[in-house]
Order: sequence, then structure tokens, then C-alpha cells
Amino acid sequence: MIKADTFTFKILRYDAREPGSKPRFATYRIRVIPGLTVLAVLIRIRDEIDGTLSFRSSCRSAVCGSCSMVINGKIDLACRTQVAAFNTDTIILEPLPNFEVIRDLVVDMAPFWQMYEKVQPYLIRHSPVPEKELPQSEEDRRRIDQFVNCILCACCYGACPVLAREPGYVGPAAAAKLERFILDSRDERPAGALEILNDEKGVWGCDTLLRCIDACPKDVRPTDAIVGLRKTMLKHRFQNMRGKAKDEA
Amino acid sequence: MIEHDILIVGGGLTGLRAAVGLCDRFNVGLISKVYPVRSHSIAAQGGINAPLANNPDSRDDSWEKHTFDTVKGSDYLADQDAAEIMCREAAPIVYEMEHWGCPFSRLPDGTIAQRPFGGAGYPRTCYSADITGHVLLNTLYERAVAKGVKIYPEWFVAALCIEDGRCHGVVAMDTHSGELVPARAKATFFGTGGYGRVYQHSTNALINTGSGIGMAYKAGVPLKDMEFVQFHPTSLIGTNILMTEGCRGEGAYLLNNQGERFMQRYVPTAMELAPRDIVSRCIQTEMNEGRGFDHPLGKHVHLDLRHLGEQKIQERLPGIRKICIDFIGIDPVFEPIPVMPGQHYSMGGIDVNGRCASEVRGFYAGGECSCVSVHGANRLGGNSLLETIVFGKIAARAILEDLEGGAPEPETKPLLRLKDEVEAKIQRLTGPGREKPYLLQAELSAVMSGKVGIFRTREAMEQALQTLLEAKERYRNVGVPSPARYMNYELTNALELEYMLEVVHTTILGALLREESRGAHFRLDFPDRNDRDWLKHTIARMGADGQPVISSKEVVITRYEPKERKY
Ligand SMILES: Cc1cc2nc3c(=O)[nH]c(=O)nc-3n(C[C@H](O)[C@H](O)[C@H](O)COP(=O)(O)OP(=O)(O)OC[C@H]3O[C@@H](n4cnc5c(N)ncnc54)[C@H](O)[C@@H]3O)c2cc1C
Ligand code: SF4
Ligand code: SF4
Ligand code: FES
Repeated sequence: MIKADTFTFKILRYDAREPGSKPRFATYRIRVIPGLTVLAVLIRIRDEIDGTLSFRSSCRSAVCGSCSMVINGKIDLACRTQVAAFNTDTIILEPLPNFEVIRDLVVDMAPFWQMYEKVQPYLIRHSPVPEKELPQSEEDRRRIDQFVNCILCACCYGACPVLAREPGYVGPAAAAKLERFILDSRDERPAGALEILNDEKGVWGCDTLLRCIDACPKDVRPTDAIVGLRKTMLKHRFQNMRGKAKDEA
Repeated sequence: MIEHDILIVGGGLTGLRAAVGLCDRFNVGLISKVYPVRSHSIAAQGGINAPLANNPDSRDDSWEKHTFDTVKGSDYLADQDAAEIMCREAAPIVYEMEHWGCPFSRLPDGTIAQRPFGGAGYPRTCYSADITGHVLLNTLYERAVAKGVKIYPEWFVAALCIEDGRCHGVVAMDTHSGELVPARAKATFFGTGGYGRVYQHSTNALINTGSGIGMAYKAGVPLKDMEFVQFHPTSLIGTNILMTEGCRGEGAYLLNNQGERFMQRYVPTAMELAPRDIVSRCIQTEMNEGRGFDHPLGKHVHLDLRHLGEQKIQERLPGIRKICIDFIGIDPVFEPIPVMPGQHYSMGGIDVNGRCASEVRGFYAGGECSCVSVHGANRLGGNSLLETIVFGKIAARAILEDLEGGAPEPETKPLLRLKDEVEAKIQRLTGPGREKPYLLQAELSAVMSGKVGIFRTREAMEQALQTLLEAKERYRNVGVPSPARYMNYELTNALELEYMLEVVHTTILGALLREESRGAHFRLDFPDRNDRDWLKHTIARMGADGQPVISSKEVVITRYEPKERKY
């Protein structure tokens, strides 16, 4: 039958603006019934015990990408994680790595969005627009499916070891976004558009250890995108070389 | 102080579409309390209606037929001229979204796929698997990035500035710094979304407080048809996450605690696939009469998919299976899903005309926060996403016209005065008060779900009104312990609560006064529709003493004479 168990929540709290403030774990003991998510408990702590606790949330259904954090050492969305899913009655919550903390579990997402904007994350076309839709086959639509599913939650960004040492690295999500458009049968961006990521801060920076894939709550595989982009770049380089060789001949 | 020609409040579909339509000609600033892609629009699953006639079964669909279905679905309370505008624009805006990159699902011939939806004569709902809101919102956000729209993410608008019958802008808080910033503009547009969270059980995002609606009302803009609130029959207990109509479309049963398919007793012809409002009332009746299940997370009935078998569930409803496993620890292949009806959509909102203009010069609104009205007493599935994009576009056109016609300069002084008022309010709220804002909101929303929900009676609603009036008193004692302004969600909640109280107040009054049953508004004490007395919109306006004054407005009827709404 339905049981309630008492869980201990340890939440890393920090106020970056408060002079002298140091990160510290605050402990809360909460009775939890099966079915409750980590986000639901965070909301209860905030509403009933300690209103100063800061964390982001919006959809509470794993579609908006607001509530990424580290839960017992694993990066995930708080709203889709069951409290009872761990073999322990202690839950430790920490802010997403690779970002500056603003307050408690809220980090400054600005660098993530800068990388997103850098890749020109939109459909680019030059041909005249038809009156009705641009046709696309079901198969072509399927090719972009996994990348279309990305909710821009930055779990992958937080998990990426390259970003931990090289903050200028573009990161998995932005690369996946670019590949989403490159693979779209309707997109007409010139080959040169890939040059933005054709260096060590771009796709060549990735060590392909796949941490981003483990962290993604939406089954997106950013590394597929990175490998795909590398291939396309190599193909272009090869074609350019051939083209040049022909010109010179 | 920040200054733009036009301020857009809201980064959902409506706000983004308006911004994209204006930014080539004018200097636009878009303010949103969350990053735009975190807006509630992201959650829409099913699709967007447009009579493209792509589906083999919908070859002779047309905007006229779409208009008729919309008007009938509205229980004849929609303004027919506005519904007509929306349905005429439907196909062009779906094509436009596609041209901008929206990854719709496709039919074998490469055209946009369409599926059948409740209340529609043809399969005309365009979709992308079960993530239609996600793909539409991402596409519009991408478009806004491409066009370089200036966005103020995680800025919270705290008050709307209207003085001398004109709008001058808003006072906003940058939640990263905690600073209060007056924002001045010739035109201000609200696309601030619905008021689902004034109900305890809601399928809406947690941020859907309706604060934009309450804010406009407090600044003097009237509201329309606030009593019309749609309840979806099947939401997961606890979180109230939507369990799409698609489950029943695929053949799921609704069962009570006797294991009985109770729909048989109510609508034997349509069974589980009767219209939303009717199924919600049946489920509520079962629970009220003791045939529901008890659970610490709430009373419920069962939505049973088991007989469909694992293969079909995994193929057609993978998202639903995942949600059940992640959010309640139940695999619908082996166990029935515990569901209850939940608030789903706000038909009422800021009173605007077919151009999204309010009666105040320089103030406009569109999308779920507004009431044009295209949905009347009941919205059809797939028509709301349509409304957001169509009216975002129409608002942009209207604002262009109005500004090019020469709009008066907005004034700074009223904005600075308003900023001081908000400052004083925050000082008061961060004082020693005893009431916790979140708990007050929770109590109030529980009363709304219990007493102003699916079934309404004078007696219950009078009790709700009493609770509301007490809550307004208690609001004076709200105290937020942390005086820090940045990322202080309790403080922004306290500020929003003031506006939620007005949303609740106007909703209860509208529902009390409307002595008939129409669409989603069902009065046990007046169970019939009454066109003679009530074929009209409810208008709520704040009186000089701060109390709501209710009046009414004619419904526009062009070509569809009101008939009984039968399915
Ligand atoms: C679960 C679910 C499924 C749905 N599925 C469908 C469907 O299949 N088809 C369909 O047609 N409709 C559907 N709907 C309805 C539809 O999704 C919404 O009506 C629509 O997305 C609302 O869009 P909007 O632009 O008006 O507002 P929203 O998307 O809610 O955006 C509101 C914006 O306003 C901002 N905001 C609000 N207040 C403030 C403030 N005070 N200061 C600053 N910013 C503020 C927010 O940050 C946000 O960006 C569904 C609804 C739900 C709940
Ligand atoms: S595979 Fe590449 S992008 Fe993904 S986590 Fe590893 S280094 Fe980062
Ligand atoms: S790829 Fe996955 S983890 Fe990364 S932002 Fe997208 S959804 Fe989140
Ligand atoms: S709250 Fe939206 S993803 Fe968790």
C-alpha cells in the first residue's frame, strides 16, 4: 500500500551576491509518498519551510528545460526524477556544473545561450517561397527527429568535461542545433556556415567521451551531431581541394 | 529606464509572433519572466488547426467549415466575425511557420500531416508527433534570434502604466540583479498566457498565474468572460500532467472503482470519446458519488490502456508511457493510470477587439491572456495554438498601423510614479508579515478547484467568494523573509498573488451572475443554456472603489444562428 517515508534533502545553498557567503549544504527532512518528484519536494520546501530557497521551474513535466541540476551526483531534470528512485533516503542536490551560480540552484545560463546563438540556429533559405508548404518526405523529417527533440535544458552542457576546462568550447547542445538544420532537407545555408565550428573551440574540441549523451533527458545524442558535422566539414574540405586542383590544372 | 517603440510582454507563441512581425519597422523589446522557450506554449502536444485539406479524408475542408465548428464548439458565445478572421488566416500562418523551418510531421506525399480532433468535422489538426507546441515555439524563437529581436529574459513585469487613458509602458524587475526598471513605449502588447494556476488541479505550467490579466485589470482595462474555464477530463493525479485525448482515441477505457466503464451510463453512443466538458462532468459525478478511488494525491478514476497491449502503447503513446513511469512510477502496460479532471484552458481574459486592441490607447493583448473572443464558452482542441500565432500576427499589423498613423509620445512621469509605488509595495511585502504567499495561493486555488470547478452552484460559489474576500484581507499580512531582490521567487510570487486575487474575484463573480449553463460553465442550479438572457459576454471592470463592476456586451453573430449544441 501507499507508504510515506522520511527523506533527508541536502541542498547546496549559496548566494553569489552576498559578500562573505560560502556554499553550504542545508538539510531538510521531508515525508515523501511514492510518486513524488524531486521538484515537487523542492516546491514543498520552498512553500512550507524555507521561502528563500531558489530554483527554476515551469512546466513540471520535462518539456521546458528549466529544472536541470545535479541529483545524487547525476545530472537530470528535477521534475522527472522520482525521489524514491535512489537506493537511499538521502537526496543531495547541487547546481548544474560549468556555470556560475547566481543563487542556490539557479545558475547563469547566458554562456549557453551565447553558444546557441553563435551557430545561427534557424532555417536559412534563399529560394523563393512557395504558396503552400515546402514538401519534405517522412524519411527526411525522421533524419532530424532526435535533434528536434532537444529542450535546451543544458544538462549536456553541465556534463561536458571539455567545457569544464575550456569555457570557450561551443558545447554539445549548440552543435546538435546546428546539425538539426544542416540535416534539414529544406535548409540552404552555404557550406561556409559550418566554418563557425571548424576549430578547437568547435567540433574538433570534443573528446567524444559521450557524457552529454548520458546526461540528456530527451535521448538526444549530441555526439552524433558532432561526428556528423566533422564528416561534413571534411567532405567540404576535400571538395574544395579538388575544386582548387581543377582550377589550377 | 529602458525605451522602445513597442514593448512585448510574453515570450510564448503570441509574444514572439508579434515581435517578429514588428521588429523590421520598429524598435521592439520583448520581456519575459522565463527564457522564451520555457513558456507554457512549449507543452502543447496535440496540434494546430488549419483547413489545409492535406488528409485524404479532408479534401473538401474549408475555412468556412472550420469557422462553423469553432462557433458551434463555443456554444455560440464566440464573436463570429473574429472566429472567421482566425480561420481564414489559419492556412497562411501554418504555411508561414513551415517556411520558417517548423518540423511538422508529414504525410507520405510530403505535405503537412493532419489528425482528427474533438469537435471538428474533418481531420484538420496539423502536428508534429506529440510535441507540436515545442516545435512551434522553437521555430518562432529561432525566427526572433534570426531577426535580432531584443529580448529581456527573466525580467518580471510588476505593473502596467496607464494614465490619462493611455498606456505608457510597464515597470519590470530584472530578476538577475533585482533592479526595478521602468520601460517606456508607445505601444505595449501583452501575450502573458492563461490563469490555470488559480486552480489547484491544473494541466498548466507552474508559471501560468494570470498575473498579466490581473495587472491589466488593476490598471483599468476591462476583462471579458472570466467565468469560462475549460477542464480536461484526464490529468495524472498529483502533478496533473495532461494525459492526451489521444489515449481515448486509441481505445482506452475509463473505469470507476467497481471496474465499470461508466461512460456507458451517460453517453452510450460516444462512450469515452464524448466532448471534453461532458467527459469531465461524468468523471466528477462518479467521484462525487463515491465511485472513485482514494489516493493521498487525490481522488481519481482509472484510465485503462492495458487491453491495447505493450506494442500498441509503445508505438502510439510512447510519451504517455514515459510520463507515467517518470512521474508516478506506473507502467500503463501493466497498471491503469490514475486520472482526474484538471483545469486546462482560460477562455476569458483581457477584453480586446479583432485587432487585439483594448479600449486603452496604446495597450494591446493576444493569445490566452486575451479574450477576443474566438473560443466563447468552450475552446476546441487545436484552436488555441492557432489563436496565439494568428493574433500575434494581427496585433503586429494593428500596432504598425497605429504607430504609423502617429502615436503620442509616452510620458516618463507616470512611469516613475508607478515605479515608486511598486518599490513601496516590495518594501511592505518584505516586512515582518505572517502570511506565506505560496500557502495563501495554495488555499485559494484549492477552494477554486472545489467550489468554482466543473459543477457550480450559487451556494458553493458564495462560500468561495467569502474565502476570496478573506484572502484579500490576509494578503495585507503577507511577509517575505528574504529582502534580497534577485532570484527571489517568493517575492515575485507575492507580487503576482495580488493580481491572482483579482483574477479569482472576477472569475467567481462572473460565474455567480451567469445563471445558465453554457459550454464549460455548468450550473447545477441552472442546467440549461438560456439564449434569451445570457447570449452575451460578461465584462468585469474595476470600479473607483477598487471593487469589480460587472456589465455585459453583445455577441457578434454573422451567419450562424445559435442552435442547440449536439454531438
Ligand atoms: C498541457 C497542455 C497542452 C495543450 N495542447 C494544446 C494543443 O495541442 N493545441 C492547442 O491549440 N492548444 C493547446 N494548449 C493550449 C495552448 O498551449 C496555450 O493556450 C498557448 O500555448 C498559450 O500561448 P500564449 O502565447 O498565449 O502564452 P504562454 O505560452 O503561456 O506564454 C506566456 C508568456 O508570458 C510571460 N509572462 C507572463 N506573465 C509575465 C509577467 N508578469 N512578466 C513577464 N513575463 C510574463 C511568460 O514568461 C511567457 O513567456 C495546451 C495547453 C496545455 C496546458
Ligand atoms: S562527447 Fe564531446 S560534447 Fe559530449 S560531453 Fe564529451 S566532450 Fe562534451
Ligand atoms: S541535447 Fe539533451 S541535454 Fe542537451 S540541451 Fe538538448 S535536451 Fe538538454
Ligand atoms: S520544470 Fe520544465 S523541465 Fe522540469
